[in-house]
Amino acid sequence: MDDAASQPEPLAETATALFSWHVEQGARMVDFAGWQMPIQYTSIVQEHEATRNNVTLFDVSHMGRLRFNGHGAGMLLDRLLTRQVSDMPVGQVRYSLICNHDGGILDDVLVYHLETPSGTRYFLLVVNASNRDKILNWIAAQWPDEAAVELCDRTLETSMLAIQGPHAIATVSPLLSTNIANLKYFNAKVTNQMNKPCIVSRTGYTGEDGVELILREDQTIHILQNILASGRQFGITPAGLGARDTLRLEAAMPLYGHELDEKITPLEAGLAFAISWTNTNGDTRDFIGCEALTEIKHNGQQRQRIGLLIDGKRVGREGYAVLANGQEVGMITSGTFSPTLQRPIAMAYVEQQFAELGQILEVDIRGTSVPATVSNLPFYKRTK
Amino acid sequence: MNTEELLYCDTHEWVFVSEQDGQKIATVGISAFAVEQLTDLVYMELPSVGAAVTAGEEFGEVESVKAVSPLYSPVTGQVTMVNDGLPDNLDVLNTDPYNAGWIMKVAISQDLPNNLLDHAAYQRQCGEAS
Repeated sequence: MDDAASQPEPLAETATALFSWHVEQGARMVDFAGWQMPIQYTSIVQEHEATRNNVTLFDVSHMGRLRFNGHGAGMLLDRLLTRQVSDMPVGQVRYSLICNHDGGILDDVLVYHLETPSGTRYFLLVVNASNRDKILNWIAAQWPDEAAVELCDRTLETSMLAIQGPHAIATVSPLLSTNIANLKYFNAKVTNQMNKPCIVSRTGYTGEDGVELILREDQTIHILQNILASGRQFGITPAGLGARDTLRLEAAMPLYGHELDEKITPLEAGLAFAISWTNTNGDTRDFIGCEALTEIKHNGQQRQRIGLLIDGKRVGREGYAVLANGQEVGMITSGTFSPTLQRPIAMAYVEQQFAELGQILEVDIRGTSVPATVSNLPFYKRTK
Repeated sequence: MNTEELLYCDTHEWVFVSEQDGQKIATVGISAFAVEQLTDLVYMELPSVGAAVTAGEEFGEVESVKAVSPLYSPVTGQVTMVNDGLPDNLDVLNTDPYNAGWIMKVAISQDLPNNLLDHAAYQRQCGEAS
């Protein structure tokens, strides 16, 4: 009975600046990686369709925001990340992975190269909420002896809002001192909202056009009200983590803890585009995990991430076995009923020889074998 | 159905018992509260006519975008009818869960379990849950 003293303290749940607002909107709140987050306000399908057809607002303040200052930042990040980032022009954003020495994925991240109004350049790393502590510890362990770099965890001092959907740009444009209609996909800028600094990027996790804003925590409610007022003409509504999950699944974007973990390599995950094997001079790059990944690239991989279109209406969910001729050949990592396609979709890892497009496999849905076809990813692609 | 005359499981199924030719027949469905909590229904598995069901045990399942939930029978007996059209028209559960949204009829072979809730007790449970 005295064990209590020796047990680790439970992670204190953290509330974003919008916690009370979510509750006032009638959101169902859940614990996500230690954060109290809205899973849905009305219905996942309604919020999903509002994102595809109009515009929605997501509170994504739980994501970790790590700022790297100093002229050594690019070199440190080049060592930590599978992708070269020191060559990024100011204003660019890149998707990258952080791997361990075995080539297993520690996190998937967005890297921003930014410049303050006074001309100071820095890098910003947006990491998964569930991995923030792990990544901070990992970076500390890799810290070079004479690093001309300073790391600031800006997660609690800032908020992050995603405005997503065909009317996202028209909603946000009038509020910023920058013309974001010209901001290209995966570009970002330090700008102002009502004379308060904020970062705007044309990024998102929904498969739609949209932006993400990073702003001072104490400005969140204020900016939220401005966004809602500006988006009212388009019928803007809030959307929760439930819709975020179905949207990203249709867009085939991997989610850490599901499609990605420390036992999965970027090659198996189909994310080879996020590896720079050589630097801009053509020399072989020396990033953490590159030796293991080079070997796997040379020898071939065992399994691959695939998409599945499942017959019928029952959803193949995470952990369900994927079968070929009754033999288990893989496992589903995420599955849902696609609101856009009106049928069950899933992502899975299967043995390499079963990953061919059009291959008919089966999913074991609670004891029943249901036919499923290996499908092109993404399941949904917006028309530009 | 008058919701105040129904009995409820704590797992959100409702049951209405009537008598036909001396045989007690239970009509079973799920409550409006359950439908609202599930949201975004996509699939329902019905039992077969003739199947034996047991009070407190699973007789089917209902699936939403988010999750799959088992359906528990409030009564013990044999299924005499199922609402065949329901799985293809799950929206009925949003609009009329206590009439058009019925799921199955069961010829009761044992007394009703004594843990079923009346309307007031069920409302209290839902109030505490939400």
